[in-house]
Amino acid sequence: MTAPHLLVHEHDDNVGVVVVEGLTAGTKMLCVVTADNSSFELESKSDVPIGHKIALKDLKEGDTAMKYGEDIGKMVAGVEKGGHVHTHNLKTKRW
Amino acid sequence: MPFDTSNLTFKGYRRENGRVGVRNHVIILPVDDISNAACEAVGNNIKGTLALPHAYGRLQFGEDLDLHFRTMIGIGSNPNVAAVIVIGIEPGWTKQIVDGIAKTGKPVEGFSIEQNGDHKTIMDASKRAKEFVHWASELQREDCPIADLWVSTKCGESDTTTGLGSCPTVGNMYDKLLPEGIYGCFGETSEITGAEHICKSRAINEEVGERWYKMWKAYQDDVIFAHQTNDLSDSQPTKGNIEGGLTTIEEKALGNLEKIGRTSRYIDILDPAEAPESGPGLYFMDSSSAAAECVTLMAAGGYVVHTFPTGQGNVVGNPIVPVIKITANPRTVRTMSEHIDVDVSGILRRDMTIDEAGDALIDMIRRTANGRTTAAEALGHREFVMTKLYRSA
Repeated sequence: MTAPHLLVHEHDDNVGVVVVEGLTAGTKMLCVVTADNSSFELESKSDVPIGHKIALKDLKEGDTAMKYGEDIGKMVAGVEKGGHVHTHNLKTKRW
Repeated sequence: MPFDTSNLTFKGYRRENGRVGVRNHVIILPVDDISNAACEAVGNNIKGTLALPHAYGRLQFGEDLDLHFRTMIGIGSNPNVAAVIVIGIEPGWTKQIVDGIAKTGKPVEGFSIEQNGDHKTIMDASKRAKEFVHWASELQREDCPIADLWVSTKCGESDTTTGLGSCPTVGNMYDKLLPEGIYGCFGETSEITGAEHICKSRAINEEVGERWYKMWKAYQDDVIFAHQTNDLSDSQPTKGNIEGGLTTIEEKALGNLEKIGRTSRYIDILDPAEAPESGPGLYFMDSSSAAAECVTLMAAGGYVVHTFPTGQGNVVGNPIVPVIKITANPRTVRTMSEHIDVDVSGILRRDMTIDEAGDALIDMIRRTANGRTTAAEALGHREFVMTKLYRSA
């Protein structure tokens, strides 16, 4: 199978992980859900480093980010589908 | 071709107490910081010995002193160690450590510096160390069932690829080898935070899960909330974790827990450096998430091989336990290949399954147990770091 650009753990996740180096804005990414190897396509909206996350749909401030099918924190700023999700817009609910 | 795990064997050193080691070290163990110089001199005099200098051992008390003794005695008792020279500033605590190690039946002798000085201590200890090296060098490896292997795990410099690849690889290995009767161990109390509800549910039964939760909660209340000066965002996740794409402690913890696989359940909880006594199976050790401290505590608990998933490239090793590095991050494979023993980056390209990666790790564990030098051993990583609970008297 063609090597994917983005991996998603579970179907109810709303973020995925970039698994290639040098991903640039405007890339039509091959995305694979590791739970069942199903795939879909998504366009990246910015340059995102390997290992960093991309939103699978529009997320607004206050939304819960889901990964591994679990709550990994809350959005503290909105992000559009295909945009970079990291410390600038996502924060733990713990502290 | 996948392994038939039921007939796996390795070649190890069977010790006097029945435990099996995969290395054959003669160690020179300082009781305290001020005995490091004498230990290093003996280590330099007698080739084939290994001095283990460390920073502590004076004016400790209470639970912290108990942990010091448990770590010292545990390291000396580890089956990767054939024989031990113990050197302390005075004879009392030196004897306490010698007596603890002697329970294994292995050769151990103590020396103390007061009323002898460094010169005489170094000469006497060197003579004995030379005899130990001659004796240990003639010990032979023998075929042992895989059930004789004690394998610990802890990840470091994690990123999002550890949760996708290298941690599930370790989990797959445990799912395959724990049913064959090995002892396993995971820990990192602080880094379970964010996934504590899942970790609690992975206990063998409710009673063990409740005990685990109580231990984790005590850490939160007595350590984190008692000492925090900010919201911990600078420490968890670490700067390296964040560079690698991890954003929150929850995300980090969920990836970390992938190390215990899909079917494995932990059967008991260990204090730091405590040896398991509830039979074969997976244990949780209450431990620091700092790599060198955690690996040292698990070595003191008696584990003989350590599996270490890394994302951004933690380079840690241990003086007596081989540390096997596993990474799924293709950038780390490209930029830090000298540190990596098992490359599972194929998982990210979808040309390697978790099952295949687990088999590759089992193969590397066997080869390492049989004597293959790990990357950390070849590069001289011998981080021996004691955990200290509070300041000394």
